Parts: sequence; structure tokens; C-alpha cells
Amino acid sequence: MDKNQLQDLKILSAKIRLDVLKMLEKRGYGHLGGSLSIVELMSVLYGKQLRYDAANPKWEDRDMVVLSKGHAGPAWYSALAEQGFFDKEWLYTLNDGGTNLPSHPDRLKTPGVDMTTGSLGQGTSAAAGIATGFRMKGSGQYVYLIVGDGELNEGQCWEAFQYIAHYKLNHCVVIIDENKRQLDGTTKEIMNPFDVAEKMRAFGFHVQKVKGNDEEAIDKAIDCAKEVEDQAVCIVLDSIKGSGVPYFEQLAGNHSVKFNNDEILGANHEAIKALESFIEGGSELCTD
Amino acid sequence: MYRLAEDRNSKGKELRMCVVETIQEMMTYDDKVVALEADLGGASGFTKIQKSNPDRFVQCGIAEANMVGVAAGLSVTGFKPYIHTFGPFATRRVFDQMYLSGAYAHNTINIYGSDPGFTVGANGGTHTTWEDVALMREIPGAVVCDAADAVQMEWILKEFAKSEGIHYVRGNRKAVRNVYAEGSEFTLGKGNILKEGSEVLLIAAGQLVSDALDCAKMLEKENISVEVVDMFTIKPLDEELLLKEAEGKQLVVTFENHSVYGGLGSAAAEVMAEKNVPVPLKRVGVKDCFGQVGTPEFLQKEFGLTAEDLAEEIKKNYKMR
Ligand SMILES: [Mg+2]
Repeated sequence: MDKNQLQDLKILSAKIRLDVLKMLEKRGYGHLGGSLSIVELMSVLYGKQLRYDAANPKWEDRDMVVLSKGHAGPAWYSALAEQGFFDKEWLYTLNDGGTNLPSHPDRLKTPGVDMTTGSLGQGTSAAAGIATGFRMKGSGQYVYLIVGDGELNEGQCWEAFQYIAHYKLNHCVVIIDENKRQLDGTTKEIMNPFDVAEKMRAFGFHVQKVKGNDEEAIDKAIDCAKEVEDQAVCIVLDSIKGSGVPYFEQLAGNHSVKFNNDEILGANHEAIKALESFIEGGSELCTD
Repeated sequence: MYRLAEDRNSKGKELRMCVVETIQEMMTYDDKVVALEADLGGASGFTKIQKSNPDRFVQCGIAEANMVGVAAGLSVTGFKPYIHTFGPFATRRVFDQMYLSGAYAHNTINIYGSDPGFTVGANGGTHTTWEDVALMREIPGAVVCDAADAVQMEWILKEFAKSEGIHYVRGNRKAVRNVYAEGSEFTLGKGNILKEGSEVLLIAAGQLVSDALDCAKMLEKENISVEVVDMFTIKPLDEELLLKEAEGKQLVVTFENHSVYGGLGSAAAEVMAEKNVPVPLKRVGVKDCFGQVGTPEFLQKEFGLTAEDLAEEIKKNYKMR
């Protein structure tokens, strides 16, 4: 990837992150931490790797995304809006009665969303089925399955992983967002995941681990995954819940955040300002 | 149009073979039909589909929740999945997957839940489902059927392929007595009047339709005139037929290989109560208890689901009027 392309992805990441912060502040609450930890992934997918037509979301040959950690919908909606799947104004209707952008993704409501998710674990099997369908059609399409690390508590994930590995469904790119936290605490405290990458290797996957906020590394890992023949593929994102906003990274209980006090609003406004300035080309962003 | 079988005491082909052959036949003209199993291919005969149509068969292993999710994903890509496992695993075990990845997401999954109720036989209480119909009825938009015989099973499976959504049919794996003549045609959501009668309206579903017909014959000898309806589509229920045929009767009886909670009897009761039907209703089915092991014949007696049990219930309730 050349420098310009990388800069474009970084700007797209900034836009997605900015949209997430603005839409959740407008809503007053929302799933902040787990949305922010997949911003760079969304940027690489929608900025470079995915085949899609925003003007024709049902285009027959499109790649698909299954956001099994459905509560990160705001990050997905932001990416879709930035790429023109729908009007950006929709972002400010999150969770309104009758909205097209419900807290958890709904394939019947949102252009670009191909599978309904939210009951954790279920997206893994759906993605496995989608990849099976692609293989039956011989179409060569890809499905990108995004799973949370807390979500790995769900047994269904492991049923799906053994299926994906058994059938060597290498067009189902399994991406685990290992942000090390879940709703009630750290993943280690709640239900120790031990070494997720090793577990996936033991299940039969080709596994890569990359920094979750590094567009170039994520892109390379996906390229590399596409080269793998005859084996299922997994990318573990070594990410930070609340990524990209130091205040939110540090905030305890950042799974769902209420924008209801001056401290949080102040931190959010500061982050919004920095992102806007970066997007306008006026500054460098301070990442980690 | 449907016609009754000439010899109602003979059995048709095994329902599982009927399912297998019907799916194989559909696969000859519809490349979207896919069969999924959860390591019961030897029990269901689905291994024959694996042999005949390897590129349209998916072995999911003993992981029913994943199988339902995979079926949903296949539906997303335009396929028409037919899945099999034993009734309790096809419904109770995978209810959230069926509800959300299936129905809520507007995906299509066709389900054959085998060996319902007493037909479980030697697999016993852990494998018994008396609640599959109740669960599936709760899923918005789902179609819920109980096949009376092989002729009807074949028709139901082919009908399922014609529409999108969650379609459930329960049925024995083994052969059951014939109710219908070959080539009979039905309508989803419409009950079939199999025998006219003036005093009692007897509504049955599944293989118990045969026992209901036996019971009606027995009661004729005691001068009780029984009309028999095969309500093979439990959802959507044929309310119109129920209301029309209940009119002027002394008693309405439902007869099901299922709990009286949430199944055919409940469905009929809901309609009759809301429409103020002034006819007493007796629900004959299983009452708030678990299954157990034994031969199907033993279990049918044990749970009070034989034609004789039904006749007793009808006489008792009929006389009480
Ligand atoms: Mg997490």
C-alpha cells in the first residue's frame, strides 16, 4: 500500500470514529468501547478490501460483512454512511422509533447489512452458512466475520469455528476483536479466554495477530489470509476497547457510555475537535 | 384435491424415506435446495442425499445451533435449506437461533423434526418433544405442520419450497398408516374433512388422524356421530373451518401427540373462546408431564393417546352434557 492510500484509510478511520462519537453523543448513550475498537478494521474493509456497490447494496457479487458483535453497529453504520450506502443524517436517528439504524444490525432495515445480529454467537454460524453458499455457487465472494472477544464466551462461536475449520472455508475471514474487555470487566476476570490465537490454531485455523488500530497491518493480514489455500483463516485484532480516544480507553465500564456529565462531554468534544482537525489536514493524530 | 386411501390399514413408505426421496426429487429441478444434517444421517436416511447430491448436502456434526445458523446463512445467499434432526433438537434446543437468525432476519429454513411425542420409542424422555408445536407457533410468521402420512409429508415438503420463511413439519421416521391416496393435493392452512358427522367435531393432526378415524368408527357403533378433521396445518389454523364445523355440534374434541399446552388444542381453544363458540371443548393430549422410554405402542397407551382412550374421553364428555 502506498503512502497516499494509507493516508486515505487513516482519514476514513478518523471520519468513522468522528461519526461514532457524534452519533452517540447525540443519542445520549450507546455502545462506545466496542465500536471504537473496530474503527480501523471497518476503514480497511470499506476503504480497500471489500467488493461492494453502495448504490446497489444487493449487487449479486458483493462481499459481505457479518458483525456478530452486533452491539458495535454504530461503527458499521458510520462506515456505511461514509461510503454512501445512505445519507449521513441517518446516523442521528440511531435507536429512534422506526429508525433504519437500530442498536443492533438488521438486514431488513439498513442498506449494506446482510445479516441480522445481536444475540451473541449467532453471527458466526450465519457467516459460516454464507461462506458455504458462496462455495456452492462457486462465486469467489468473501464474507468477513467480526467476533468480539467477550462474545467468545458463547458456545455457538466454537461450534461455528469447528465447522469453518473443518470445511476450510477460507472465504470466511474470521476476525476476532480482542479488546480484552467485556461488559462486566476484563475478559480475564469474567471468563479467562487464555490465548485466543493459540485456541484458534488448535481449532485448525491459520492465525495472524495484528494491532487493531494499524490500518496497514490489518490490510496486509487480510491480503495474506486471501493467499491461504486449503485452511480456514483467522485474524486476531490486538485492540483497545474505546480505541483512539485516550479518555474513553481509560474509562472503566466503557462498554456502554452515557454522555451525561461535563467530564465525558468535555473529553468527547476534545476528541471530536482533534479528529476534525486531522481530517482537514491540519494536524497529526496522536494514536496510542 | 385429496382422496382417502383405499386401505387405511396398510402403511406407506417410511416417512424418513419419503423425506429423503422428496428432497432428492426436488434437487433434480431446483438447484437451490440444500439438505443439512446434524450427524443423524444414518437415522434419517439423509446419508442417501449425501451420496446422490454431495454438492447440495451439508454435514454439520452434532451442533444443532450451528446447523440452524448455517441454514440461515445459506438462505442469505439464496438457497432453500432443509434441515433434519430429532424434534426436540430441531426446536427446543435451537429456539433462539431459529427465532432470530431464522425468522427475525426473514430467512428461510425448512425443518423436519422427527419422532415427535410417543413415536420417540427407545430414545426415551431425553429425546421426547411434546412442546415443539407450542414453541414453533410462537415464532411470528412460522408455518407449523404435523404430517398425517407419507402422501401428505411429500406434499408438505414440496409446498415449503414455494415460499420463504420458517416452515416446520413434524413426523415419525418410520412408516405410518395411510390416510390419503397417492397424488392427493392439499392447501396449507386448510383443514380436511375426512368423515362427516353431526354430533361431535373431532380435530386431529399427524399420524393420530388414523386413530381419530378409528375412534369415529367405533363410536358410530354406539350411535355417536363424529365428524373427523385433519388439521395438518396447526399454524396458520383454519379458523373458518373450525367455526363452521363446530356450529350445531354437541362437543368439539382436539386430539394431538403433543402437550395440551400450546399445541392444536390450545389453538382451537383460543379461537373458540374469542369467537364465543357455545360448544364445549375437550382437549385430548399430554398433560404437563415428561416423556419416557418404551415402544411407541406402549407410550401411546401410557400417555392416553390411543383410539380407545379417545373414545372414552369423548363418551365421558359427551354424556356430561
Ligand atoms: Mg471485548
